[in-house]
Amino acid sequence: MNYEISLLTTMAIAVTFALSLNLITGFCGQISLGHATFQGVGAYAAAMLGQAGWPFLATLPVSMILAGLLGAIVGLASLRVRADFLAITTMGVGFLFVGIVRQQDALGGELGISSIPDHGLGRVGFMVLALIVCAAVAALSVYIKRSWMGRVFNGIAEDEDTMRVLGIDVPRYKLAAFAMGTALAGLSGAFYAYHLNFIGAESFGFVESITVLSMVVFGGIGSVPGVIIAAALLSVLPAWFQVIGDYKLLVYGGLLFLMMRFSPGGMTGLVNRFARPKTSAQGNQS
Amino acid sequence: MLAFELVAQGLIQGSIYALVALGLTLVYGLLRILHVAHAALFTLGGYVGVLVCNASGSLALGLIIAAMVAGLGGVIMFRLAYQPLLRQPPYVALIASIGLFIASEEAFRIIFGAQGMSFTNPALQQQVAILGGLQFKLAELLVMLSTAVIIGVLAWLQARTRVGIACQATVSDPQMAESFGISLRRVRDINFFVGSALAGFAGVWVALLNNLVEPTMGSVPSYKALAIIVLGGLGSVPGTLAAALLLGVIESFGTIYLGALLDRNAIAFAFLIAVLMVRPQGLFARR
Repeated sequence: MNYEISLLTTMAIAVTFALSLNLITGFCGQISLGHATFQGVGAYAAAMLGQAGWPFLATLPVSMILAGLLGAIVGLASLRVRADFLAITTMGVGFLFVGIVRQQDALGGELGISSIPDHGLGRVGFMVLALIVCAAVAALSVYIKRSWMGRVFNGIAEDEDTMRVLGIDVPRYKLAAFAMGTALAGLSGAFYAYHLNFIGAESFGFVESITVLSMVVFGGIGSVPGVIIAAALLSVLPAWFQVIGDYKLLVYGGLLFLMMRFSPGGMTGLVNRFARPKTSAQGNQS
Repeated sequence: MLAFELVAQGLIQGSIYALVALGLTLVYGLLRILHVAHAALFTLGGYVGVLVCNASGSLALGLIIAAMVAGLGGVIMFRLAYQPLLRQPPYVALIASIGLFIASEEAFRIIFGAQGMSFTNPALQQQVAILGGLQFKLAELLVMLSTAVIIGVLAWLQARTRVGIACQATVSDPQMAESFGISLRRVRDINFFVGSALAGFAGVWVALLNNLVEPTMGSVPSYKALAIIVLGGLGSVPGTLAAALLLGVIESFGTIYLGALLDRNAIAFAFLIAVLMVRPQGLFARR
């Protein structure tokens, strides 16, 4: 039973994390190759505060605020640079984070931070809380997608210049997307730290950023149910199949490539293509 | 004296970066794709170089065969992976490329083993003193020299030959070039071949300098080469060259003076981010 509880918790954290990236990359169309950085900021904040004696629940808002602040700063960068340049900049932020954390003894350096105190909720309590947070983030995503803000995000993703012409304050909405997405990533990071009781700089490196991006892409960029299913599947597959565990990166990389090559819309795109062949055919013509 | 030595070390590293980044720039200029998987061909070159060199005992043969194999690999990669994605939005090709790169790193690990391979009898390790009393490995000097020669020859080919001019025309206006009878497909193949061959060539040199090839030896050059072509102003060949050498020198100074604060990769990317915030179009772009 413990194993299943741990697995479900892992899944909930991964889904929260993937949904947070979906806000930025899926809704608002800003490619981020350094999203694990913000999970890392949240995780380190929670771990350090936890060691300083803070209760687990009190570390959550701080993790969110710190990650969100850094996210807003990176969001400022997205106002300066676009598309390919932004992808490389966010990748740079990721390497910078790992590089800085590794060299600071105060942050555990190469060894990372172990002996993070217990959250005091019990295994089941922690899992339930993680699931509640995950469901809340999913609900928030759906709400945002349907709101005025979600439509603006979509417009920015489709054609930023037209949105500017329409009088939309594009920078404000981009910053909002970055701040929200990264704050939620920080939240997932706090859970991550308390779940594993250990964090290191490498836990939030480029590979993790790519992993979470592959979850979003695999599910279908922008689709909330697609991303939830993809993140849930991809986060537990390595644990279920030891073979996949050993070849985790090969499978991830291969899936990412094949998905982009044959169905750039992800699983959502596949489902739509088979479920509604006629409408999609018409869509192609128009 | 230290400063002079650091500059020299930086230029050696910068030459390697230049060889890898040039291929990326060629691809970006032509197709507007950030070709992350380029570094897989760099690693492939390293492996082929070591295998051929150990089997035949000739480094020159290893370099040539590695460049050819990597070049062919590049063309195959283009045909299978990128050509069908040209009509998609750019992030599709970028993500596909990252997937391809990660998968090929793992494939190298599975095929050649995780520990890596080395030369049984590494060539060109003798120390050479040049003016000012600096000591270099012969291999280090040859890296710089061969990079300079190759880039010079390529620049000449591009400016003076029919094929080179066709490439330039395709970069500036593909439609127009095509209507003047230039085969886009052929130009793209040639660009991928040349760029990937350079990466394979660089892979052998790096394998020789470290006397080691590992499955992950491509990851750092890969991401750093992306930083370099962005710094150079995406698609600009002279800009890329300058950025590669500059970054090599900055890193060698940075590891000495900022090493306690940041590691080597972080220095490169800190520099990249700082530059992009001031000049979003890159250091050497003319726009």
